[in-house]
Amino acid sequence: MYLNANNISYAYKKNKPILKNLSISIPDNKVIGLMGDSGSGKSTLCKVISGYIKNYTGTVTLDNNLIETKDFYPIQLIFQHPEKTMNPKWKMHKVLSESWNPPQELMDTFGLKDNWLGRWPNELSGGELQRFSILRALNPKTKFIIADEISTMLDAVTQVQIWDALLDYCKQNKIGILAVSHDKELLEVIADDILLFNEINKL
Amino acid sequence: MENDLLTVQNVSISFTQYVQGLQQHILKVISDLSLSVKEGEVVAILGSSGSGKSLLAHAILGILPENGQCDGTISFKGEVLTQEKKEELRGEHICLIPQSVNFLDPLMKVREQAIGDVKDEEKEKALKHQKEIFEKYGLAEEVGDMYPFELSGGMARKVLLSTALLSDPELVVADEPTPGLDQASVNETINDIKRLAQEGKGVLLITHEIDVALKTADRIAIFYSGYVIEINKAENFNDVNKLLHPYTKSLIEALPRNGFKLTSGVQPLEEVDGCPYFENCPIRSDICQNNKPDLIDHNGIMIRCHNFDKEVN
Repeated sequence: MYLNANNISYAYKKNKPILKNLSISIPDNKVIGLMGDSGSGKSTLCKVISGYIKNYTGTVTLDNNLIETKDFYPIQLIFQHPEKTMNPKWKMHKVLSESWNPPQELMDTFGLKDNWLGRWPNELSGGELQRFSILRALNPKTKFIIADEISTMLDAVTQVQIWDALLDYCKQNKIGILAVSHDKELLEVIADDILLFNEINKL
Repeated sequence: MENDLLTVQNVSISFTQYVQGLQQHILKVISDLSLSVKEGEVVAILGSSGSGKSLLAHAILGILPENGQCDGTISFKGEVLTQEKKEELRGEHICLIPQSVNFLDPLMKVREQAIGDVKDEEKEKALKHQKEIFEKYGLAEEVGDMYPFELSGGMARKVLLSTALLSDPELVVADEPTPGLDQASVNETINDIKRLAQEGKGVLLITHEIDVALKTADRIAIFYSGYVIEINKAENFNDVNKLLHPYTKSLIEALPRNGFKLTSGVQPLEEVDGCPYFENCPIRSDICQNNKPDLIDHNGIMIRCHNFDKEVN
């Protein structure tokens, strides 16, 4: 399966486009790295592809089919700051089960401890929350993962743990990944191919 | 240690929180932290984000929130700092470079807040000085007329830096000066910090970015679960064998360029009886489970691990 974004253009302000005629193709068996400076529009592209921004021009398709918006969205975005993506008044088991109930085995792979499930989001660290937000995105209906700087704020040890578990799961379940980061060294380790944002964005 | 600018001894920081109704809960964020900064030296504290490192900076300046409690002693040039003393020194001898523009007043022009509250007759002098400092750090004159929201990330960082340096402090505490900056701005920050040390100032750098610590610091303190577990010379971080604590080793080996090596285990959430790294440690022994190791000197390297007290005895 291929995820294709064709000729995407988007502007926050009239006549000041941030994305212009941008095309990208991601196969389901690969990790594509995307590198670019801060403020260049990487996150905007992520939001377009994963359906958060709707009034763009161009198309986002899975194997040339437009994506059904009424069902579970098969392209899931994982954000840089997990604490901003969770309801502060929900305990962690509810945060997780909003998407699905992962098997115990998978929870162990991601290093989720059982006693974390009864806690509130503000009682866990960023690294612990990020494990939840990744696992939450790995619903069986997910076909592609867009990882927008998901390990930037984590220490090096947690960074390896998270990527190791995510890459492993995605390989087994044929989920393609778009890994966005400004860290070249990280992308060289995790990605099959690296694209430079400024080269594909035809501003 | 006569040339120590800042000495932090056995500092613990905790917060009293209300849990349910009137039930209180004490949350310990930093435990038994000791370190020192000499003149012309950069000492980095490296720990994951959200681990509470910034609170040390706040404790040194005496700006902890009211429910925060700080035990232990912090001294500046051999003199123990009380709250009154901190208030006297901060802004003059000890300055903070805060984490983000959120620390600036959004309704005040940059120039006005850089010089702070000065008497009318001294204002002209202060403005002249402010102009010089802004120029030194590459800020155009019109930046002074801007409001904080008009600044870009790199400009904001320079404003925060030059504001902190206006009073020519002896000690600079830099709290996460690089997040969200692109590589060019990060390199500039690194050079600015090095320059401060060359001018003879002491710098305490609080960061979670290992590369920034490696490039600027003379010594690096590793922060784990509220404890400093090792303080080692920056050059030793290029060779894993010169590092003592198993966590420090796995941290360095986990870097993408050093092999991206996987170490499992997470930092404990609650205060544990023994060593904070006990659960994940490959070289643990029985003593580690229930006895907390102290931070001890091992050939000039500070280490918190029972495997090294044995050698001392």
